[in-house]
Amino acid sequence: MSTQEQKNKRKFRSAGRMREIMTEYYIEAKSASQTGKPVAWITSGGPVEPLIVMDVIPVYPENYGAMIGASHMGSDLCAKAEAMGYSMDLCSYARADIACALENGGPIGGLPKPDMLVCCNNICGTVLKWYEIQARYFNVPLFIFDTPFCHTGFSDAARTYVRKQIDEYIDFLETVCRKKFDLDKSIEVGHRSIQGQRLWQKVLDTATHKPSPMTAFDAFFFLALIVTLRGTQTVVDYYTELLDEMNERIEQGIGAIENERYRILWDNLPIWYRLKWLSEKFASHDACLVADTYTTAWCGTMKYIDENNFIDSMAEAYTRIYLNIGVDEMAESVLGMIDKYEVDGVVMHSNRSCKPYSFGQYDIQQIIQKEKGLPCMMIESHMVDERSFSESQVDARIDAFMEIVSQRK
Amino acid sequence: MESIREFIAASQHPHAYARALKESGTAIIGYLCSYTPEEIIHAAGLHPMRLFGSAEDISLADTHLQSYCCSLVRGALADVLAGNLEYLDGAVFPHTCDTIQRLSDIWRLNTKFRFFADVVLPVKLTTESSRAYLSDVLKKFRMDLEEAFDITITNEALHDSIQTFNTIRDMLNTLYEIRSENPSKISGRDLHGIVKGSMIMDRDAAAQALVKIADELRAEAAPPAPKRKRVLVAGSVCSHPDVYTMLEKAGAEVVWDDLCTGSRYFGGMISTSGDPIEAIAQRSFDRLICPAKHKSITIRGENLVQAAREHDARGVIFLQLKFCDPHSFDYPYLKEFLDSQHIPSMLLEVEDQLPGEGQLLTRFETFVHML
Ligand code: SF4
Ligand code: SF4
Ligand code: SF4
Repeated sequence: MSTQEQKNKRKFRSAGRMREIMTEYYIEAKSASQTGKPVAWITSGGPVEPLIVMDVIPVYPENYGAMIGASHMGSDLCAKAEAMGYSMDLCSYARADIACALENGGPIGGLPKPDMLVCCNNICGTVLKWYEIQARYFNVPLFIFDTPFCHTGFSDAARTYVRKQIDEYIDFLETVCRKKFDLDKSIEVGHRSIQGQRLWQKVLDTATHKPSPMTAFDAFFFLALIVTLRGTQTVVDYYTELLDEMNERIEQGIGAIENERYRILWDNLPIWYRLKWLSEKFASHDACLVADTYTTAWCGTMKYIDENNFIDSMAEAYTRIYLNIGVDEMAESVLGMIDKYEVDGVVMHSNRSCKPYSFGQYDIQQIIQKEKGLPCMMIESHMVDERSFSESQVDARIDAFMEIVSQRK
Repeated sequence: MESIREFIAASQHPHAYARALKESGTAIIGYLCSYTPEEIIHAAGLHPMRLFGSAEDISLADTHLQSYCCSLVRGALADVLAGNLEYLDGAVFPHTCDTIQRLSDIWRLNTKFRFFADVVLPVKLTTESSRAYLSDVLKKFRMDLEEAFDITITNEALHDSIQTFNTIRDMLNTLYEIRSENPSKISGRDLHGIVKGSMIMDRDAAAQALVKIADELRAEAAPPAPKRKRVLVAGSVCSHPDVYTMLEKAGAEVVWDDLCTGSRYFGGMISTSGDPIEAIAQRSFDRLICPAKHKSITIRGENLVQAAREHDARGVIFLQLKFCDPHSFDYPYLKEFLDSQHIPSMLLEVEDQLPGEGQLLTRFETFVHML
């Protein structure tokens, strides 16, 4: 087989369908003002299922931030936010989105205007400030779903508080949408959400196979659905197909990269504007990024969900997600992934945009080195603001890191 | 004034003060954020001590925190790693910003004190359920202290502590008012030292001394008010007394502030009747809000404009720590609120050290000139 043929073979046939679904989704969202469907902006870790029940179109500024980054529009938009007075040290998703809202710039000509904002702080405190800014700008109602941070566990007080907020959230939606919340429908949506999450986990699990049929870079791409359409049948159908494709690849021995010799774990959000470059760079060292801590966040709390009681159990599941737990629990989870995916090294993206994800990485690194003796490296950037990225420096450091990984093996 | 010097000394040499206190047999609990329920710590017979981060070599924090972390948190971690805080019996971390949130984890994993607690406050201070949750969290904190130090914190003790802290708040507020009325009576630098000292000194002693200072200042004949322009400082914490003197040199008097080492610390009294824990929780709802918490989307802008009006401030200086997310996110909108009222403002982002004196003075002078 020629190299080109091999390359083609490694391409995902499901990728095209994914693009179609996302396009349809954004078209629907953007024509909401004509169809009369309400639009809610919601944080990526927020409880979206009640919105689906209420026929509200959820829109994710963070997913949009990723698009901005991938289409290299981040630096420009971030610079515009700085001109508005926002510090260059703030989250680049937030900066890009804030600038975008003002001028309808960015990919797909900006996001549809929200009728309401739903902010869940289970990922960070940034979203609170960001959504306050948008609430002032768009002058629409803001619901804050407050998920107390779980440094060392989930307290009873927090359980009561979060559970109560689900009722308050539903009240909020009923008021804004001027209609009743349909409990039967919520059970269905809950089921589909769980199904979607399970399938997504299974897709990610295929990377335990050697060679891995997919890389973390693929996961970053396929992730968009579980983030944006969780709770819908579309997600279930799509991930079923994707899982089939992964399994076929395993059967046919198609690896995600040409020659997988080393298996690497990625920590933190992607560097959206250098996905291709990084993936080629690692592939050139025969290194496959088999797993990451980021994309698992959308199925990492399945253990807390009670399928027969989704609405109640969702309180705990949404509160205990990866970014809302202590550094030691995060480290535990990383150690688990190291074993599960049999990795040879860990690459940590020290993300200037995301303090809650990045502070604590040095401690996690120490724990990894102590428990597993694995090499770790850090790459520093702002995930959608290219101005902070030094390609030559990162290039040299990856070479040095892979040198160590290869010597150990 | 003798008693003022006591506060200044404590603010300049917090560790020396704490060590002396420790030798007298008092157990000490450190904290970083003004949302700490100090009353409960005090009612337990323990000493709440605010940590500002004083390590000469802040780079000691580099093995745990990236360079893009605010200097307050880096400084506090450097301090504890350097062994400067050996007098502590423990620390408490109220949940506020993402950075302190992670400092809490790093602290828990890398230090060994007798006591450690996270007080995971709600982020929204608007609903009945968040108020109930806050009370629950405070009750839990009370129990944690009782267990760790094998004591009982009685409601009487809590009521007494509330009195003490109310006195401190009331007196700090009085001193601020005195200065706002006539800045010649007490310098901005001294007042800053007093506020800071109040977070370090034994609270009963501080409360008494503050009453005395307020009495003396009130009785003092008023010297003529200075001919400097009145300004307000807004931001997170200020640990740079030089800012006040430098502003004076530049022709401005800081007559009020919106700082958690200032008016956000002393604003809001605790009710002395009813259940003390509920009362403490209620104050967190009533006090001036910090940007890491949510009350309404415009309240901080309204508060700032109102404070500037009330104290006849001609301009506002935003004094922010670099890499401080909550304050940086609020800055553009606060500035907009001020702009709409024609109150000029300037932004000064600082790290652990102030910019060079010459440079800073020029910036201040340019700004003050505009007022
Ligand atoms: S990247 Fe981090 S800081 Fe930014 S919105 Fe996401 S979780 Fe929050
Ligand atoms: S600014 Fe807010 S979070 Fe920071 S220390 Fe002050 S009160 Fe706490
Ligand atoms: S200065 Fe800002 S970032 Fe630092 S601890 Fe205070 S609120 Fe947090």
